[in-house]
This record gives sequence, structure tokens and C-alpha cells, in this order.
Amino acid sequence: MMARTLLAASTLSLPHVNYTAIMPELIVLGGSLLLLAVSAVTPRRLPTTVYAAMTSGIGIAALVASLVLYHDVRQGGAFVAIAHSIDVDGFSVLVMTLASCVLILTPMLAAGFFERERLGGCEYYALACISVGGAMLMGAANDLVLIFLALEVLSIPLYVMAGLDYRREGSGEAALKYFLLGAFSSAIFVYGIALVYGATGSTNLGEIAAFLSHNVLVANGVLYGGMALLIVGFSFKIAAVPFHMWTPDVYQGSPTPAVGFMASIAKVGGFAAFLRVFISSFPTLSQTWKPVLWVIVIITVLVGAIAALVQRNVKRMLAYSSINHAGFILLGLQAATARGAAGSLYYLFAYSLLVLGSFGVVAVVGGRGDSGHSIERYRGLGRRSPLLAGAFALLLLAQAGAPFTTGFFAKLYVVEAAVAAHSYALAIVAMVSAAIAAFFYLRVVFVMFGDVQPVPAPAGDAALVAAGEPALVATAVPHAGLLEPAAGASGGLLLAEAPVLVEQDAATVEPSTDEEVRDGIVSAWTWAGLILTVGATVVFGIWPQPLVDFAQHAHLLF
Amino acid sequence: MPLHALAALVLAVRTQTGLAGPANTAPFPFLNTLILVPAAAALVILFVPKKQTALIRTIGLVAAMGVLGIAAAVLDQFKTSTAGYQLVETHPFASGLGISWNVGVDGVSLFLVLMVAVLFPIALAGATEKENTKAFTVWVLIAEVGCMGSFLSLDLLLFFLFFELTLIPVYFLMVGWGRERRGPAATKFFLYTFAGSAFLLVGILSLVFIHASQSGVTTFDVIQLAHTHLSGTADVVLFLAFTAAFAVKAPMFPFHTWSPDAYATSPAGGVVVLAAVMAKLGTYGIVRFDLSLFPHAVVVLAPLLLSLGVAGIIYGGIVAAAQRDLGRLVAYSSLAHMGFIILGAFALTGEALSGAVLQMVNHGLYTAALFLLIAMIYRRRGTTDVRNLGGLQRKAPMMAAVFTLVMLASIGVPGLNGFIGEFLILAGTFLTHRWWAIVALVGVVLAAVYLLWGYQQVFHGPSADAAADERSGTRLFRDLTLAEGLVMAPLVVLIVFLGVYPQPVLARITPTVDHIINQVEAVAHPHIPALGRASLSAHTTPAPTRQPHHFTLHAVLASQTIVGIGDPGAGTAAVQGRIPTKVASR
Repeated sequence: MMARTLLAASTLSLPHVNYTAIMPELIVLGGSLLLLAVSAVTPRRLPTTVYAAMTSGIGIAALVASLVLYHDVRQGGAFVAIAHSIDVDGFSVLVMTLASCVLILTPMLAAGFFERERLGGCEYYALACISVGGAMLMGAANDLVLIFLALEVLSIPLYVMAGLDYRREGSGEAALKYFLLGAFSSAIFVYGIALVYGATGSTNLGEIAAFLSHNVLVANGVLYGGMALLIVGFSFKIAAVPFHMWTPDVYQGSPTPAVGFMASIAKVGGFAAFLRVFISSFPTLSQTWKPVLWVIVIITVLVGAIAALVQRNVKRMLAYSSINHAGFILLGLQAATARGAAGSLYYLFAYSLLVLGSFGVVAVVGGRGDSGHSIERYRGLGRRSPLLAGAFALLLLAQAGAPFTTGFFAKLYVVEAAVAAHSYALAIVAMVSAAIAAFFYLRVVFVMFGDVQPVPAPAGDAALVAAGEPALVATAVPHAGLLEPAAGASGGLLLAEAPVLVEQDAATVEPSTDEEVRDGIVSAWTWAGLILTVGATVVFGIWPQPLVDFAQHAHLLF
Repeated sequence: MPLHALAALVLAVRTQTGLAGPANTAPFPFLNTLILVPAAAALVILFVPKKQTALIRTIGLVAAMGVLGIAAAVLDQFKTSTAGYQLVETHPFASGLGISWNVGVDGVSLFLVLMVAVLFPIALAGATEKENTKAFTVWVLIAEVGCMGSFLSLDLLLFFLFFELTLIPVYFLMVGWGRERRGPAATKFFLYTFAGSAFLLVGILSLVFIHASQSGVTTFDVIQLAHTHLSGTADVVLFLAFTAAFAVKAPMFPFHTWSPDAYATSPAGGVVVLAAVMAKLGTYGIVRFDLSLFPHAVVVLAPLLLSLGVAGIIYGGIVAAAQRDLGRLVAYSSLAHMGFIILGAFALTGEALSGAVLQMVNHGLYTAALFLLIAMIYRRRGTTDVRNLGGLQRKAPMMAAVFTLVMLASIGVPGLNGFIGEFLILAGTFLTHRWWAIVALVGVVLAAVYLLWGYQQVFHGPSADAAADERSGTRLFRDLTLAEGLVMAPLVVLIVFLGVYPQPVLARITPTVDHIINQVEAVAHPHIPALGRASLSAHTTPAPTRQPHHFTLHAVLASQTIVGIGDPGAGTAAVQGRIPTKVASR
């Protein structure tokens, strides 16, 4: 009634707001305000673990709300809300569930780090909540403008997080680089929205799809241009080649727990919107955009796997590995089928937990000052700290696609989707890239468990050093196996294109001696986070049915 | 007869545990237990404190012996003269993706399962790795899970999961307990096999979707997938994708380059798993999947694969003769033996295929024995280089005797197990592919050359040079200890037993093998009325009375005459395996 009167009074039409449809978003965004309010009203600074506990609590609340919504959707079917701008369907509630899980785990794996680095305060946690809210909204948004807003809500906290370790120069540089490139990609994205609006007359995903299915455009240059720019914008967010240049530098420079978070949540949000826009708005044009993605997938999986081979910095290596994973997730989108979307979503689920856990371990091993990320520091970790090394080995093997882990079923699912869509070449290239990637995961595992003495650098690496990457390949690759020469050459080429601002690891190639990493120094919070990530990886690897079912209910509301 | 003793033991166990009962009331899940027991033991050991090495070793051994007991029960339950899968157990696993937990055993897998069950306790007991017993035992048990699962899976994807799983424990065994230069060898091994698997996975998925588009059902069930109608090209391409993975794993020439390094640097326990058991996953995959899923491609490409097999036999033999390291020598000799198995698999006669299956088991037994002996020498001398060894016979007569016996089995001397397999393969191949068999015969001679040469270098001749003696700190070279003797004893017994009395084994292998050959023949010669591919779907169909193959008569005559020289029982067994008769018992 009130709204009616207002409507009569002004010409502004206010839509009916269905609050249950956006309950998880409201919880996490409200949660961030709560965190800020608590930190403002408490006279003394609270210990970081209090904020961490609160954030996990907010995550659990959001998870419950998401599951309630999931139940509603299973019972009552999907619906649109708030002036057709929010989709509540199997897909969006799954994205919400996943984002909630990320929010539960993130503070667990970060608390120990912030305690050690004496970077107290609630900023990290409040920012994480906001970012998760953005990711949820990206999964649910049914309007390109809303997707853009959600993208910014997702991204801006990440830029701040990258620069959170204000005492370290590398952190500031990473933040600046991330912000500049992120802003640039957002601009491209908005321009893409404008062009699509120009061509179709709407920004609503459903209306775009309806328009395109009823009309044949005589000149579709504008539409294609818009689609191309949207692909570029999304590719920046999910770090697909050739829009990946920022990833290794940002991952290397940012505080490690923030890297784990941004690696998971940015991909969750980015892929959620990418999948929804292209599968639900442009299905009629799939013959146009599929070949583009075909190329992107191939170069993404290959560059990710090959460039990671030459990395000596574990954070950088994981950055390239996450690029490789992005290629795999795109494989599901490239298939442009419901199976593909479900596969991508399953992959996102598995990947998010793996990458959070992996960076959780890296944060511990990095040591005071967050600088010990050379692979040398992992030498003999299996002996000094068997539990931590065991968890890391398991997470890495799962990333490589080892059987009876979620990583295997994730790869299986997307490759299955690709094969079902008759993209045999893509499937084979992706699997071969997985085999290449296994090499560098195994190298870390070998360094942790098998090798005790440092291996001298092979002579062939002199050329690489000359190519302009002294910091990264200074001591080059250990066991000179079968892939080195080719990998070295192409990796060098790729790296040479990305000038490195951050050179923090040049001096810290030796294992830092300030404190030995032992199982004992790992905080209980980190253990809890690792147990959850590793446990989920193994349990859902041995008993995949529930998670597969879950992903298969991710029907988009077409 | 040890077999009777085993059966008695099984019977005792069954009456004790109340397992005995009418066959059709909820049978005991034997096959699942085979997979789950080692997995459970590995899990238990994870929670035992690291210091309790004796307890850990006991748990590991008890679990592995338990698996052996269950495997013996499976042998007891197994119905002879039956071609289909037996003791099948099906559970939902990831039905959303069409994957089910579907396990069963037939004539091809039965003895491989038994071989796994026999070799793992030996690998655990024979392990000389003193440090970090806990991790070692866990990895060996996980490897057993992987191998058992691979041999038992009737679901292609479940097979793939276990097939891949075997890589991880073996990698860690090599990395953690291997000899010098193990890092590159382990990585090379992992990457080769992983890359091969990439093709296998894509091949599996393609086959499944081709099947799904025809039947509307997404399933990885081997039996159902055998009904897929494949175009000529798809058949060949998928066959190659599958074979790529199996050829790397076996290893088959020319995909073998990882194996000498891997075999030579692995620890004793690891190499038993790797060379004796895991290598069979490749040849098993060929027999189980290639032959039943792509019969058309098998017929078309048989000459190519036979040639690769023969090339492996000759190349492996020649290169083995040039090796100075015992580990590498046996690795190349394994390559030659794998060549024989490939030959048997693609000769497409019942005799050759039976021989190939039997030879997989034989090769597992004597390779395990050889590598264990090599590890014993390595432990005493710190080297396996023949130039630093010599004259060991005088110092260790028992070891020399065991080595001689195992080596003779590997050469294929009548009366020992290697002979039966090799003979059946060559005889069967001769019937259909004469020239390949003739060239392969050269390999038999080569085997005698390099193995006898290696034996001479190590056990005869002048005593090891002074430098080697000084390095080990003593001029003494201990003979087999009691523990080592106990580890070797079961292998020696089995090598001799299978050599003189293979009839019970062949009787169980032959029905399944004949059935597989029938199917392939139905595709190769469609004008000969034969039972269609559909008949495999019945789990316990009696073996179809097969159209008399025009070569069979010759085979009977040939094998009876020639095998008869070695042992009268073996000759009849070789060709009449289908007839469950006691005539051959002596």
C-alpha cells in the first residue's frame, strides 16, 4: 500500500522486494557491517581470532540460509524476484552455498597468519564478507547492470586485501597492479554491456535471450562486439589467458591468506556470471562464441601448466596452476550444455576448497614476514612437519587430479562434458595439460618428502636468466627430466611478456632460518581449516555421490 | 597338494566364521573385502604411533595375509568351466555420472587377483626398508588396494580410478625409499603413465557417449559397453587411445623408456609392486578391454601389435645382454617378456591367449623373486653392478641355488612355470601368425644368453674385486637368512608347482579365454556362425560349445607332443583345460 502511494506520488516505480530471495547476501553484507560496528565500539582492539570466529559464524548463517533457499527451490521451483533482476534457481543457490563455504573456511586459514604477522583488526574479515556478498550476487543476478555492480562489490575488497600487508612493499605493488588492471577490465565489461544493450534493447538476461530467439539481426557487429568485450571482461576476472598477466604478480605480492581467498572467490563469482550470461542469454549464438572459448581454453590450460613448470616461487607456481584450473572450468562453459554448467560448478567447488587449503599451508610455511615462498623452503618439510606436508601433498595431488579426491571427479566431470559435446581435441589437450601440471605438483611433493640436498642449477638456464627473469629462475628447475628444455623456452617467452614489479624473493632463495616450520607452530584454527578442506577433498572423492547430485541440480532458469 | 591344503584351510575358515551355507543366500562380499581390507588396514596404521614399528609391520602383514585368505576363498568359490563374471557385486557409487561400484572376477582376472594376494605379503615381508616403516606399510597397502581394484572392476571408470590410484603409492615408495637418482626416475615414471592415462580417460568417455547416444543410457559398465556399435574409424581410434595407456603401463616397446630407470632405482618392496604387479595392469587392460570392446580394431591392428610385441622381445633381449646393472637387466628382460604376452594377446587363438594370461602370473612370480634377490645382493654389497660382483656362489650357495631356479624359470626351461606360458603363446601364435612366432623364438634364445651371462658374472668367476669388498667393510657375503628364505620359499614353490602342474590354473582360464576369442572371431569372420557379443552379459553362462576352430586340432597334436617332453600332465592340461578332469593329476 505504502509503495502504491509512493508510486502515485512520484513517477519512480519501486519493485516489490522479496527478502528471502536475497537472504544469504543480506546476511553476509550485514555481517560485514556488524564486524565493523563491533570493532568500532570495542574500546580495545579485539584479538584477530574473535573476528575470525564471528566471520565463520556469519558464513555458517549464510550457509544455512542458502540451504533453506535450496530446499525452497527443490520444492517450489525456480523463480525470479525483485523486478526480474534476481534469479533464484538451482544454479544461484549452489553458488551461494559455495560462497558461504568459502566464507566459513577463509577466516580459519587466515587467523593464524594475521596473528603471526600482528596485522590485527577486522578489515580482512569485513572485506571478505563484502566480497562473498558480491560473488553471491553475481551468481543470482539476472541483469547485466546488476552483474556489473556485483562484480565491483566482489572486486574492490580484493584490491584492498592485496594491499593489506602495508609494511611489505610487494603487497602495495600487487594491490596497485590488481586495481589498475581490474578497473581497466571493468571498463571493458561496462562497454560490453552498453553494446549488448544497444543491439538487443535490454540488459535483462531473460529479455536478451527472448529478443535473440525471436529476431534475426541483419547486422550483428554491435552484438558481437558486446559479446567479445564481455568475454574479455570475464576472462580478466577468472584469469584466462591472454588476460592472465596480473595473476602471478598479484598472487606473489599479496598476503598469502588473501591470495587463497581471492583465488577462490573471484573465480566463483566470475564463473558464475560468465556461465549464466553465456548459457542463458546467448545460447542462440553459441556457434559464434564457442570457437572463441575453444581457443581460450586451449591456451589457458597449456600456458597455465607450462609456465608453472619454471617457477621457483610456490605462490607463483600456484598462480599458474590456478590459470590451468581456470581453463578446465571454462571447458564446462565451452560445452554450452547443462552438463557442462554442472561440471564447471562442481569443479569450482572442488577447486575452491583445494586452493584455500593450499594457500593455507603456504601461509604457514611462508614464515614471519610472509616471504619464505621459495621451493627451497619446502625441502625436507615431510620430515620436520609430516602432518602439514602430508596435507599439502594431498591437496596438490588432488589438484593434479589424483583418483579418489574431488580433484579427479572435477576433471572427469568437465572433460566428460567436453567429450559429450564432441570436443575431443579440447578434452585431450586438457588432459595432457593435466599431465604436464602433475609434474610441478610432484616436484613440490618430491622436495618435501624425497629430496634432502639442493640440486645444482642446470647450465641451460643461463639463457633464461638472460631473458630477463633473474629473480624467478635463479636456481632453476631441479631434476632435469624430460620436459625441461621445451618448458623452459616457452615459459621464458611467456614470462618475458609480463614485466615483474614484485621482486621480493630474490634474496630469500635459501630456507629462512628464523624459525623452523614444525607441526607445533600451526595454530588450531589453521588445523581446523585444513582438516575441513582435506577432509572434504577425500570424503567427497571416495563418496562422490552427494556432491555430484548437488551439482546436477544446478539447473539454470532458462 | 598345496591347493588342497589351501582349500582345506578355506573350508576351516568358512565353518569357523559361519560363512558356509547355501550358495544362493546372500553370499559373503568376497571381492569387496579384497579391496577394503588393505584400505582399512592402511587407515588403522595411520593412527598407530610411528615408533611402534613392530605393531605396524604386524598389522600390515596380517591384513595382507587376510587378503590372501580371502583370495583363496574366491578361488574356492570360483566355478570352473564358466566364461562369465562371477561373484559380481554392484553398489551405487556416483550414479549421477553413470559410475557404479561393480566388481567381479572371471578366468582372466582370477589368477591375477591371486598373484596380487600372494605378492603383497611377500613385498611387505621382504621389504628391507628400515626407516619410516609406518609410511612404507601404508603405501604398500594402498598399492594393494589399487591393484586389487583394477583387476576386479567391471566398471570402466572404477577401473580407471584404481588404475590411476596405483601411481601414487608407487611414486611415494620410489621417492621415499629408492636408490640414487630416484627423483628423475620417479617423475618420469609418473608422467609417462599419467600422460598415457589422459588418452585412456578421453577414450573411455568417448566410448561411453557413443554408447549413450545409441542406447540412451550413460553407463561405464564393461558388459553393456561391449554392445556398442562402433564405426570402423571410431573403433580404431578408441582402440589406440586405450592401448596407449596400457602400452605405457605394461610397458610395451617402444613406450618402455621409463621402466629401466624406475625398476633399477626402486626399493625392494616398491619394485615388486611395480614390476611384478603393476606391469600386469597394462597387459590385463589389453586382454580385458581391448579384446572385448574393440574386436574389429583388434583384428585390423593385430599385425601391428604383434610386430611391436616381437620387436620388444628382440630389442629387450639384445639390450638386456648389454646391461651391467642387474636391475636394468631384469627390466629389459621384463620388456621382452611383456612382448611375449602382447604376442599371445593379439595372436587371437585360444592357446596363445591362455598362455598370455598364464604368463602374466608367471612373470609376476619370477620377476618378484628376481628383484627380491637383487635387493638382497644390493643390501649386502651396496651395488647391483655386475662388474663389482662375482664369485658369490662359493660365499652364498643357497642364494645361488634359488637364483638359478628363478632364472631358469625366467628363461623358460621346461618343468618351471615360465615354460608353459611361453610355449602356449608361441604354439598359439604359430597357428595364425607363423613368421612372428619364428622371430619370437629367437627371443627365447636371447633370454638364455643374457640371463646366463648375468648369472655367470655375479655368481661365478673371480671373486668380487677388492674395492667392492672394502666398501662393504667385510669380505663376507652372507647366504640367505632364514627370514629371507621364508620370503623366497612361497615364490619358489609356486614357480615349481605351476611348472609341473598348471592344469587347475588353465582349467579356469580357458573357458573365459575361449569366449573372448569367440567374440573376436565373430567379428573377424562373420560368415562363421558364432555366438554374438551379447552372450557375455550373462554372468554365469556356461562356456558356449565352440565351433571347432580349424587350427585347434593341430594345436592339440603340437602341444601334446612337445609339452609331453617336459611333463605329460601339462600337455593335456594345456589344451583340455576346459574339461575339469582329474586325469592329469599324478
